[in-house]
Amino acid sequence: MSSVIIYSVVTMSVIAAFAAMILFFVAKKFRVDEDPRIDEVAALLPGANCGGCGYPGCRGMAEALVAAADQGDISSLLCPPGGLDTMSAIAGVLGFAAVTQESTIAVLRCQGSCEHAPSKLTYQGPQKCAVAHVVFAGENGCAYGCLGLGDCVSACKFDALSIDEKTGLPVVDPEKCVSCGACVKACPRHIFEMRPKGRKDRRVWISCMNKERGAVAKKNCAVACIACGKCAKTCPEKIQAITIENNLAYIDTKKCIACGMCVPVCPTGAILATFEPPKPKAKEVAAVQAETADNAAVKG
Amino acid sequence: MKLKTFSMGGVHPPENKLSAREPIQALPLPKEVAIPLSQHLGAPAKVVVNKGDAVKVGTLIAKGESFISANIHSSVSGTVQKMDEVMDASGYKKMAVIISVEGDVWEESIDRSPDLKRECKLEPQQIVEKMKEMGIVGLGGATFPTHVKYMMPPGKTADTLVINAVECEPFLTADHRLMLERTQEILVGVEIMMKAAKVDRALIGIEANKPDAIEVMSRALTDFQGIEVIPLKVQYPQGAEKQLIKALLNREIPSGKLPLDVGCVVNNVGTAFAIYEAVQKNKPLIERVVTLTGKNLAKTANFLARTGVMANTMLTALGIDMPADTAKLISGGPMMGKAISSLTIPVTKGTSGIILMDAKEARRHKAQSCIRCGRCITVCPMGLSPYFLKILADKDQFEVCESERITDCIECGSCAYTCLATLPLLDHIRYGKTTVMRLARERSQK
Repeated sequence: MSSVIIYSVVTMSVIAAFAAMILFFVAKKFRVDEDPRIDEVAALLPGANCGGCGYPGCRGMAEALVAAADQGDISSLLCPPGGLDTMSAIAGVLGFAAVTQESTIAVLRCQGSCEHAPSKLTYQGPQKCAVAHVVFAGENGCAYGCLGLGDCVSACKFDALSIDEKTGLPVVDPEKCVSCGACVKACPRHIFEMRPKGRKDRRVWISCMNKERGAVAKKNCAVACIACGKCAKTCPEKIQAITIENNLAYIDTKKCIACGMCVPVCPTGAILATFEPPKPKAKEVAAVQAETADNAAVKG
Repeated sequence: MKLKTFSMGGVHPPENKLSAREPIQALPLPKEVAIPLSQHLGAPAKVVVNKGDAVKVGTLIAKGESFISANIHSSVSGTVQKMDEVMDASGYKKMAVIISVEGDVWEESIDRSPDLKRECKLEPQQIVEKMKEMGIVGLGGATFPTHVKYMMPPGKTADTLVINAVECEPFLTADHRLMLERTQEILVGVEIMMKAAKVDRALIGIEANKPDAIEVMSRALTDFQGIEVIPLKVQYPQGAEKQLIKALLNREIPSGKLPLDVGCVVNNVGTAFAIYEAVQKNKPLIERVVTLTGKNLAKTANFLARTGVMANTMLTALGIDMPADTAKLISGGPMMGKAISSLTIPVTKGTSGIILMDAKEARRHKAQSCIRCGRCITVCPMGLSPYFLKILADKDQFEVCESERITDCIECGSCAYTCLATLPLLDHIRYGKTTVMRLARERSQK
């Protein structure tokens, strides 16, 4: 009886010793050194795996950050949902100075609601912007504007977008938007733009993408940019943030000081601001109007 | 006798050839025409006239410069007003030349006599040049520049010319009327095309629902060598080139290949007539037969319409208004045509018909869930699995779409027509197909 116990114990011990030797050898031979910083950085990232940075998940971003740190520059990488705080903390771990990149927010560049741009036909096809964009120009006839079928809403992983039932346009919730850029990629018409949040949340933007001539654009949509140039004239001379190209005005975020002077002069109301714009002095408006009228006469 | 047809898939929608008995009538000229610069497949033509220039009927106004492109000629005489963007059947705005109409003066080089001119002394190469010069494109609907088809790459030869006189789309009767009224001209055109393609056999496929056209064409054949008229069983989409070749010659074109790879050149019967006029009469492609039809219309008609004329002038010419219950307008046939938002779109080289539908006819049923009945697979003439492609396109699985041959889809719409769950299968597949083709283009540019 006792021999059975002795044999078992000895056999098991020999096997255990042999297995331990193999494991020890394998662990030595195939050892992978992972940078401990990757774990530290990954712990600092939000962990939502949204892909807004362009890498497959937060772990991928952490690896990219450490690799970039070894190269000596992490300024090209940004975790949009984490924003400045996260990036500064990561920079601290990796031994860099705090990042000063400005955080951004998704901005919708279309106001073609049911009221401003009434439908001329009914679309009954698949309820997906990507499909509708292939099939036709849009219910209101504007080939540049929002199709209102909500591809952006389903692309947003942070529940920051919703379709306003009254206007039929998507609305960005500034509290929830982490500026991952998913809506920018999802929109087949590229109506969303990532713009800096601005100091004290002050932002001004042209809420139109229509590149048609003014008269044509206005026919389809009452609030279209008609590229009259009044905004560019109103913009302070030292700043000159507004350019007009292809019948469409654009406000350069790098130059714009968000004074809001251009908002009230727009004849169609295509410029939007997140704050109450200043009321212009009557004289200035008259001067600008006269000047644009002159130009129009010369061109016409 | 058992009639020939293609073997795989196909549907038979109600024919509704309402305008089959209406003779072709000339459409009166409007005050202004808008001639789009992109009336063909390929690059838009480059404008060669300026604002204020006087043009005659047949004056070259835009030149097709790239390999796949076509010349565009003025369809009226008058003055060039401006170049402007005009909405076409796609719903998007395209550049067009706006010309105000003054009288009806034709270029002197065009022979306007109605006599039949049988002899063609031109060499094959010269005929192809003529096609290019006169801006001939395929009039079946795809508007592929015809001269490109006849510029065969070295090492490839054709043995048969296939003429598509099937007109398998419901409602449309433009080709049908043309065969009845311009029989001799079409056959001379076919002869010229045989010469250009260097073949001695031509097959004209006509569906059995046009017995009068089959009879008239067959009777006229006695004067012509090597041309054969073959009646075909009524089956949609028999007018697609791959299906037509299968039906007539029992040859199958492999995936991604062209008719020329199986020794065929395919052209529409309308193109044959246009080639006759271009080669024998020196007349550019400036007008085509357009069917105006609809169940709720008091009158239907087949118009010989100049390009650039707005589609609503056809209603005015018939002396009727658009019926109040019209709910859908279609440019082209009901199966493959495009829904349009208004009738103020110009007639182009590819406009085979304008169809008006009332609310009941135009109604789309609510899309239900796919029940995997497999009907779409049975009717797909290209042997695809439309239900599966739809799911893939929905989920943005474009790589799988590509390996499932989504680019083989000829967009005939048989799957959506037959779907029990009334799913808009083709809309989804079209989205997948355009995306796959875009991705493939981007890949080849890298």
